[in-house]
Amino acid sequence: MTITPTTEPTIAVDQGLELYRSMFRIRRFETTAGELFAGGKLPGFIHLSLGQEAVATGVCSALDDHDTVSTTHRGHGHCLAKGGDLQQMMAELYGKEGGVTRGRAGSMHASDSSVGILGANGIVGGGIPMAVGSALAAQLDGKSRVSVAFFGDGAVGEGVFTESVNLATLWKLPMIFVCENNGYAELTPTAVHLANTRIIELARPYGIAVEAVDGNDVLAVLAAATRAVERGRRGEGPTLLEMDTTRWHGHFEGDPQRYRSKEELRAMTDRDPVATWRTGLIELGVDAESLDAIEAEVAAEVQAAVEVVELMAPSRADELLRDVYPEGNRA
Amino acid sequence: MTALKYWQAVNTAMREEMERDPKVILFGEDVAAPGGSFGASKGLLDAFGPERVRDTPISEATIVGTALGAAMTGYRPIVEIMFFDFVAVAMDQIVNQAAKVSYMSAGGYAAPMVIRTICAAGRRTGPQHSQNLEALFAHIPGLKVVWGSTPADVRGLLKAAIRDDGPVLAIESLVEWSSRGEVDEAEDIVPIGSAAVRTQGDDITVLSWGGAAPKTVRALEELGDVSVELIDLRTISPWDRDTVLASVEKTGRLLIVHDAVVDFGVGAEIAATVGRELFGRLRSPIERLGALRAPAPFAPHLEDAYLPQPSDIAAAVRDLVRPSDNT
Ligand SMILES: Cc1ncc(C[n+]2csc(CCOP(=O)(O)OP(=O)(O)O)c2C)c(N)n1
Ligand SMILES: [Mg+2]
Repeated sequence: MTITPTTEPTIAVDQGLELYRSMFRIRRFETTAGELFAGGKLPGFIHLSLGQEAVATGVCSALDDHDTVSTTHRGHGHCLAKGGDLQQMMAELYGKEGGVTRGRAGSMHASDSSVGILGANGIVGGGIPMAVGSALAAQLDGKSRVSVAFFGDGAVGEGVFTESVNLATLWKLPMIFVCENNGYAELTPTAVHLANTRIIELARPYGIAVEAVDGNDVLAVLAAATRAVERGRRGEGPTLLEMDTTRWHGHFEGDPQRYRSKEELRAMTDRDPVATWRTGLIELGVDAESLDAIEAEVAAEVQAAVEVVELMAPSRADELLRDVYPEGNRA
Repeated sequence: MTALKYWQAVNTAMREEMERDPKVILFGEDVAAPGGSFGASKGLLDAFGPERVRDTPISEATIVGTALGAAMTGYRPIVEIMFFDFVAVAMDQIVNQAAKVSYMSAGGYAAPMVIRTICAAGRRTGPQHSQNLEALFAHIPGLKVVWGSTPADVRGLLKAAIRDDGPVLAIESLVEWSSRGEVDEAEDIVPIGSAAVRTQGDDITVLSWGGAAPKTVRALEELGDVSVELIDLRTISPWDRDTVLASVEKTGRLLIVHDAVVDFGVGAEIAATVGRELFGRLRSPIERLGALRAPAPFAPHLEDAYLPQPSDIAAAVRDLVRPSDNT
């Protein structure tokens, strides 16, 4: 079944401003993380979601705190939009004790049980069944909670994607699959790794409700996510949302992107989700100064977080072995 | 005390835990309506209904991953993976996801879940249905591995595994499926990490578990003249060092017997630990017996040659306790 929106999405100005703040926070966080990484401040490697902010913001804005999400190696935006603490997230990237997972997990594996973030995942597709399991728990609880799995087009090639679509549809779970189709899995274009680049068409035969969405239009994302959430809460089963979006940076920071043409790189930011929504808000009558003020607040918030994190203690080495087994239940 | 068959011990453990705790759920291939490929979950669908007892698609990775997500958000799932060999299909979800979730979340999430699986070593089921892959999982921090060789132990360990707050791989022996044993309903938990000393002895410690344990019991019948301290490890990871070290300190000799391939096996870990802790107290080298370095062969005479048999165990014990020429 394909969902066909019947009305243009509409939105109150206050909510519109919140969407803008959420997207701009992701933009600013990611830009700053990229700079810090280039400056040698962050260990390991990081994958940024610049250009994909509208998906994180639009989907998470349709969720409540008790709904759960699993995400990917490119998950900073999802975590922030779901309510993850910005300073704790930044501290995690640094490997500090004050990190959301105390520097144990880092960029690719962080989670936050206090706001329903089941976890980023270093294994492509690895977090999808986890979200399905949380949807099963929601169904058993009877509490009209929903669960979301964010994943990329690359994860569609993993068996657990297909298995999970089948299982969630079979069991009518309150589950939302959100595929961020950004056209690449690492360095490989979608047409080279998927037999059908329209991911909804790969899922549709299972009988799951599907919708293809302009993932750079935050209102369209929010509207589609809201429909999916409502279906889930009403017990009507899972939905797959395919979000067309754009990855602005390389696969990882430092990726020279030789596989992308000059024209592609030049046109990439044409569909800037943050700028698009800024224009949208101005058309709705919001004055530019209010938006500038939001930007200034967010910039200050990120800057302050970095300053605090810089001074934080490193992750405690004497507790390296903690939590291998759950507390009170150690081996 | 009641006598139960091995599979009934598994069945009653699940039934009683599901009665005790409504958060315990069960799913897997053929577990609900059919009652399990080997009958372990007979009657549970009728008793607990289709919400808590579910048949799944043939999707091992997603079965385990779904259990994980449900465990992280309030449930205590038991999933059955039909044969031990098939657990390999779910490797990522066990090794990278379930076993690491507590650590990666710095304790923010726990994964109270049990993966039950059945090892068919000795049942002539061939290379992809008869493996013992215990060492692969014992190697993974965050995961516990248990294997009861008797009805009482398989039952008590399964109950302990269901109550554990982390992921536990609970292995069961298909060759023992219909064997009977006394089960004490009052003493129904076997703590994870506790070995059982089956017979006291002074000459040698024979340590085994799982599919190999009943064979060591049979070997003992041929060894009337040797004073053997027989230990069933029961939990592979974390293993009961104290019990094993105390025993070997007394006997000065150790034979480790398992059904998994010897090379890089669990026996190597135990031997290294005992060798270090009791260096100088040993009266003979530590010996290991296990499967040969090959996939599990199908033909009965080949599989018998592949796995350690009671006669091999008895011969190894005699070799170790025989006074050496220069003493
Ligand atoms: C199982 C597994 N295989 C390969 C990788 C290496 N890898 C990391 S990200 C990635 C591509 C993922 O592409 P996609 O799912 O589209 O996500 P995107 O990076 O575009 O957000 C690959 C192959 C991995 N992390 N896990
Ligand atoms: Mg991609």
